[in-house]
Amino acid sequence: MSTEKSVWQKAFEWHEARLPLVSFVDNAVGSKYPAPKNLNYFWNFGFLAGFVLVLMIMTGIVLAMNYVPHKDMAFDSVERIMRDVNYGWLIRYMHANGASFFFIVIYIHIFRGMYYGSYKAPREVLWWMGIIIYLAMMATAFMGYVLPWGQMSFWGATVITNMFSAIPLIGEPIVTWLWGGFGVDNPTLNRFFALHYLLPFVIIGLVVLHIWALHIPGSNNPLGIEAAPADKIPFHPYYTIKDVFGLGVFLIVFFAIVFWLPNSLGHPLNYVEANPLVTPPHIVPEWYYLPFYAILRAIPDKLLGVVAMFGSILILFVLPWLDTSRVRSATFRPVFKLFFWLFFANGLVLGWCGSQLAEGLPLIIGRICTFWYFFHFFVIVPVVGWMETPRPLPASIGSSVLKAAE
Amino acid sequence: MKKIILAAAAVLALVPASISAFAATEVHIPKEQWGFSGVFGKFDRMQLQRGLQVYKEVCASCHGLKQVAFRNLEALGYSEEQVKAFAAEYEFPTLDDEGSDITRKGLTSDYFPKPYPNEKFARASNNGALPPDLSLITKAREGGPDYLFHLLTGYEDPPQGMTVMDGMHYNKYFADGNFQIAMARQLNDDQVTYADGTKASTDQIARDITVFLHWAAEPNLEARNSTGFRVMIYMVIFTILAFFLKQRIWARLEKK
Ligand code: HEC
Ligand code: HEM
Repeated sequence: MSTEKSVWQKAFEWHEARLPLVSFVDNAVGSKYPAPKNLNYFWNFGFLAGFVLVLMIMTGIVLAMNYVPHKDMAFDSVERIMRDVNYGWLIRYMHANGASFFFIVIYIHIFRGMYYGSYKAPREVLWWMGIIIYLAMMATAFMGYVLPWGQMSFWGATVITNMFSAIPLIGEPIVTWLWGGFGVDNPTLNRFFALHYLLPFVIIGLVVLHIWALHIPGSNNPLGIEAAPADKIPFHPYYTIKDVFGLGVFLIVFFAIVFWLPNSLGHPLNYVEANPLVTPPHIVPEWYYLPFYAILRAIPDKLLGVVAMFGSILILFVLPWLDTSRVRSATFRPVFKLFFWLFFANGLVLGWCGSQLAEGLPLIIGRICTFWYFFHFFVIVPVVGWMETPRPLPASIGSSVLKAAE
Repeated sequence: MKKIILAAAAVLALVPASISAFAATEVHIPKEQWGFSGVFGKFDRMQLQRGLQVYKEVCASCHGLKQVAFRNLEALGYSEEQVKAFAAEYEFPTLDDEGSDITRKGLTSDYFPKPYPNEKFARASNNGALPPDLSLITKAREGGPDYLFHLLTGYEDPPQGMTVMDGMHYNKYFADGNFQIAMARQLNDDQVTYADGTKASTDQIARDITVFLHWAAEPNLEARNSTGFRVMIYMVIFTILAFFLKQRIWARLEKK
């Protein structure tokens, strides 16, 4: 073989010298990004979240080509997509279920971070970017759910926007301003569509910041200790192929729902066109908001309920300082680990409470769980950090891998 | 790790258990066997045709089917000619060149006509209740097709001590309306005479209309199931290959 460079190679180098696009990607998620060699499958979910974001944008743009953002036509236009657009049913079912899977993936991703202490120094800003992405996702999905203009779209939008009326003095004007009128109506639908189209692109920008912040310290790992250069491997091909395998498993589950149970995660009432004169007996938001909906309703005072609901997410911003332990991974924190799983279970129960009418036992359980949610962050996390004696940390990732092999 | 999985499993098992404990007040809707359910689910063409006959002869006077066009009926196994003839039985209002009101014959591109000009009219004719459009009904109710079937066959004498309001009818599956529904019992034995000679028991009619309305709600069900099957085979092979490729690439690390 000659050592002469081919003309393609030369052209490539010429271009890279002027705009190093390929090197940029290679540095970001390629062979030039060294990652700890002991990452487990919970580290697949960041890539999966990115994949679902792209899927949502691609299916969303096709939907938008056929969707009509008008209160008299929106519902029927979605049915035209389902019935008359080629593979419209597939695009729409991928988009609707994709939103649910986006949240499943993000919840696993967030709990992974909480379990392995990925929010601790020096990754606080990386953690912040993640929370902002999560907030933007919630806003995007909320407005997307309004677009098909079913009964739950309409009444969900009414309940959620009405929350802002709890703000003293300016509450009512804010709600009128959000609606663009004196109730959820055509102007509301129009602006929600515009924002629903915009926000995913804002999320892309936030994801870039998130990955940028990731590259300053590099990835955390299941042991939570600094990874020495010898314990790192290039992201490509090792983690790229692992991500591709993980993607396969994810898509099997995703497609099973999309093709065989496409309406199992949605609410039947959203197949009834919105009717401002008929209030459904039991208005519930999409499943991924249920824990927060439970917190909102657990508190008898409307304003305090809204404050608690937003607070329950905003509190994540200060988690890096509430956690007083310097040990990152729960693997070495037996007491924290216990409380972590308790918190996780508490979240599931809150979700269930959110799906029930706010009365009787569900309301009582919801109040206990809401208390525990905040108690966990404000008391358990700092106190366990002070009191707990962590198990001894391994000297390096390599030494711990050797020990495990023995 | 094992402990964690056990704990998670315990939580997941507890939550649904507690849900069903609370749901005890809701009616239980028995599950029926449907040809369209499951991964390989399909519609029986003859049954769809019978269901169409039931819709047309029994339900259409009160309920619309506005999302379905006559052209869609070819999916029921009818020829283009048959669909044209079916459409031509309907009349639609239009204007002639002078601007006066006339009617024209239905075309295959027309949709099923609405039974009432507007909601007010519909309510006035039905004791104040509104008969919903049936195009999406099997997706718009908890329990789906099972609910529809049992609603249609769930008319009974009210339990002792219950007074049913004037113009209302007791139905043990109509939980949303405290078991009192404004629609009277619609289906009886031999209510229709099937073109294909099938015996028209109440149960049979209810099944046929349910299957037809599920087709109306989900006309792409068969394509969805079969595409899903092919996609799944592809994904399983893809994932197995990706797994072995991953093992191979990671094996390089041990050699080092
Ligand atoms: C004489 C008019 C009339 C006919 C004929 C009729 N219905 Fe109804 N139907 C109604 C009315 C009125 C309601 C509303 C009941 C209420 O809300 O109490 C209704 C409601 C329904 C509902 C909704 C129940 C719910 O969960 O809200 C279904 C489903 C239904 N009908 C199916 C059918 C089918 C199938 C047929 C044909 C076999 C049929 N109906 C024939 C008048 C009729
Ligand atoms: C962060 C990414 C996104 C999320 C989480 C999201 C979420 C949602 C949700 C939950 C729905 C309601 C689905 C239903 O029940 O029918 C929806 C509908 C819709 N979305 Fe998105 N979406 C995203 C991106 C986009 C983008 C980028 C576009 C357009 C370019 C878009 C266009 C639409 C349209 C037109 C609808 C209405 C059609 C329908 O209801 O199926 N979406 N979206």
